[in-house]
Amino acid sequence: MTIRDQMQDALTGHGADFVEIRLEESDSSRIQYRAQEIEEIGRTSGRGGSVRAAVKGGWGFVSFNDTDDLNSRVKLAVEQARAVGGEKTTLVETEPQVADVPPVLVNDPRNISLSEKKARMDHYNDLIWSTPGIQSSTVIYGDNRRRVHYVNSEGAAVDQEFVHVICYIAAVARDGGDVQQAGFSIGSLGDFNLIEGLDDEIRAVGKRAVDLLKAPGIEGGERTVILDPVLAGVFAHEAFGHLSEADHVYESDQLKEIMVLGRQFGQPHLNIVDGGAIPSLRGSMEYDDEGTPTKRTDLIRDGVLVGRLHSRETAAKMGEAPSGNARAISFNHPPIVRMTNTVIEPGDASFEDLLEDVDDGVYVRNWYGGMTEMEMFTFSSGEAYRIRNGRIEEMVRPVKLSGNVFKTLHQIDGIGNDLGMNQGGGCGKAGQSPLPVSNGSPHIRIQNCLVSGA
Amino acid sequence: MADLLQNAKDAGFDQAEIYRITSQSQPIRFEANRLKEATRRDTSGAALRVIHDGRLGLSATTDPAAEGKLPARVKELTPFGAEASFELPGPGDYPQVQIYDEAIESLTFDAMVQTGQTLIDAVRKTWPELNCSASVSRGVHRQSLINTAGLNVAFPQTSYSVGFGGELVRGDDMLSVWEGFGASRMFTDTDWMIESLVQQLEWARDTADTPTGQVPVIFTPRGVSAALLRPLLGGFNGKSVMTGSSPIGDRLGERVIDKRISIFDDPTIDGAIGSRPFDDEGISSRRMALIDRGVASNFLYDLQTAGRMNATSTGAAGRGLSTLPGPGTSVLDVAPGDTPYDDLFLGIKEGIVVERLLGAGQGNEMGGDFKANVSLGYKIEDGKIVGRIKDTMISGNVYDALSKVEAVSDKAEWVYGSLRTPAIRCLGVEVAAAG
Repeated sequence: MTIRDQMQDALTGHGADFVEIRLEESDSSRIQYRAQEIEEIGRTSGRGGSVRAAVKGGWGFVSFNDTDDLNSRVKLAVEQARAVGGEKTTLVETEPQVADVPPVLVNDPRNISLSEKKARMDHYNDLIWSTPGIQSSTVIYGDNRRRVHYVNSEGAAVDQEFVHVICYIAAVARDGGDVQQAGFSIGSLGDFNLIEGLDDEIRAVGKRAVDLLKAPGIEGGERTVILDPVLAGVFAHEAFGHLSEADHVYESDQLKEIMVLGRQFGQPHLNIVDGGAIPSLRGSMEYDDEGTPTKRTDLIRDGVLVGRLHSRETAAKMGEAPSGNARAISFNHPPIVRMTNTVIEPGDASFEDLLEDVDDGVYVRNWYGGMTEMEMFTFSSGEAYRIRNGRIEEMVRPVKLSGNVFKTLHQIDGIGNDLGMNQGGGCGKAGQSPLPVSNGSPHIRIQNCLVSGA
Repeated sequence: MADLLQNAKDAGFDQAEIYRITSQSQPIRFEANRLKEATRRDTSGAALRVIHDGRLGLSATTDPAAEGKLPARVKELTPFGAEASFELPGPGDYPQVQIYDEAIESLTFDAMVQTGQTLIDAVRKTWPELNCSASVSRGVHRQSLINTAGLNVAFPQTSYSVGFGGELVRGDDMLSVWEGFGASRMFTDTDWMIESLVQQLEWARDTADTPTGQVPVIFTPRGVSAALLRPLLGGFNGKSVMTGSSPIGDRLGERVIDKRISIFDDPTIDGAIGSRPFDDEGISSRRMALIDRGVASNFLYDLQTAGRMNATSTGAAGRGLSTLPGPGTSVLDVAPGDTPYDDLFLGIKEGIVVERLLGAGQGNEMGGDFKANVSLGYKIEDGKIVGRIKDTMISGNVYDALSKVEAVSDKAEWVYGSLRTPAIRCLGVEVAAAG
């Protein structure tokens, strides 16, 4: 029997409203440097599976590494669901898909020898250290292959394979108790080429870490800020992406009222989309982890909320169309509503247009991270520069920025024409981190944005 | 298990170690005020770490069928590996630490459901509009270490945790409150969590304007955890010290913060999450001061970083299955001061209380900087809490803020189960807010 046959065999005779099984094999390799030495070089393989069942609206979920006795795992998941359920299982109807999706591969990292990967990273670490004044460095390379077999009790059977490559580089400089760092991260779906040819970026990282020691701080408060495409992508993810995830909304009548489709969230020039169907990015895939085909979902069109991200359950409960956004970071977790590739669409302003009438502001680039809690969010820059009289002037210490979804999107008053993607990130939610996602945007300008001191 | 070590010996490695974990966790999750999901997670795996020709190698798998391949994989990797600066340890004397409780293993599903539902129902009695979620989880984790130096140790550890919270939506104004606790031994008193949640809701009932600039800040025990400890203790990690990126790496024995602050790493506290008789390399646990009355006293070392620094391991090694061990904290114990909690507020004309932060840690913390949005905090006016502050950011440097300590509360409280700390009032924090 094939794996799929075994899985489908285990789906029968359970008496639940819905059952799905996921089995997964993975291999990953990693090279990590700390300062001028290699710190770790490792290879890991994994195998495991999970069963999720629904009975009367209650969910049972079991995960395991030993995949031999699927029937008893299904039985346990159904028992768990039965113990929880007391209402009605509601899943939006979807046409059960049968597919076997090969990985997206441009330059498969698995065809590149370990010594070649190491030589590449040696070179990058050497570049960091070519800047005088470097105290330490971190270089991390990783690649990962993940093959996922999925079946459900409605007849869906989807096999998918993903190959991801990531690279993270950071430089540290120190002057007594003052320790500064600069970093750069990049990732790709199945393409080792993307982490080649980064010499200029990496030299700049080393130089920036050293220069930061002499960079002045800045006082916190409300300021005009211009975000580069990378940080603006993070902004899109935090400022609106998370609040578009329907699992925050679907059980709350008040939130449904506040996040009602048709509400104006920004000026008419603002358009935000998310979609796993946008090809060849870190969050791209043909089917989500419930076997639903992915698509491209308009979240904000002309400043107005027009759509949101769904699992089959949230779509059914809100009476909206499925969007293919139920994702699980691995077999160890149930799929939950997640972003894929989130993008602010370009407008027509040039970078010069955005700068032109800024008398006193901050140009923020690059990123450390971002977080969302209810209507509030933060996003932290990796680089910051003062803007005076329409010109970018001295570098300052990187600031953290903060916004409120009901105010900050309206305060975007300029959208550039230069779309760029941030492919270096991962997203964390409900203990599932880092999930491969991408985000992108052109340069954007925000008035009166709350900026931390630095 | 012995087989895998024998395989490694047969493969001819100079030294070898097998680290093996088997864990089971059973969380239940409540959403929108009722039970939503029951989960059971079984995880197992093995890692082979070797030292061969002076270099380190590691490979791990969660696939039982692939365990036999580990020695060959490690053999391929080790020539590229880091130079080992230590030898694998033999058996030691380990302290007795209570980290296993039969009562957790025998806990029933119904009892867990009742615990969660009782919390939700109780808080909704006074706050019916609160949309509550909760999780109750129990787990048992077994890990073992066996190596060619004769070490052969294992321990089981149980864990039990209860967390619950809620969301309040008033127009475009939203509030999220949360309380939780975890331990390796069973606890049944959860009433204090209800009181804590109700207290947060009451303090946040009104919204207040944020005082900006340099104002006195009271970090509650949770606030200490969210804002101060990570940027502070990063500098005590053996890896930062080893690479010269710790701001206090060359200041051992010197005063680095206010003398009222002492911080211990203590994996020997019974019942705490993170306690253990020995670390993840088999080095015996001990209580150790990181900061003793403001003086930098010890750094956290595992075997490799200790070897590099001509020091000895402090039993600080932690590891995931698929990575080499590295130094880290276990259970943190911050010594209480002498100010009754309520007296912390005395004499503050305008200030803030920091309870929870958003986005802390996502930035350069290596020099001790912290910057974050205050996702839950309150305004103090004339010594009293007058309402919640919003759209507020704090920033500062922890060495600076903890050198400007004004008072430390006289009682240390557990924060979630692996940290015990008093509340700390200090200056040296910049507060900014949207208008």
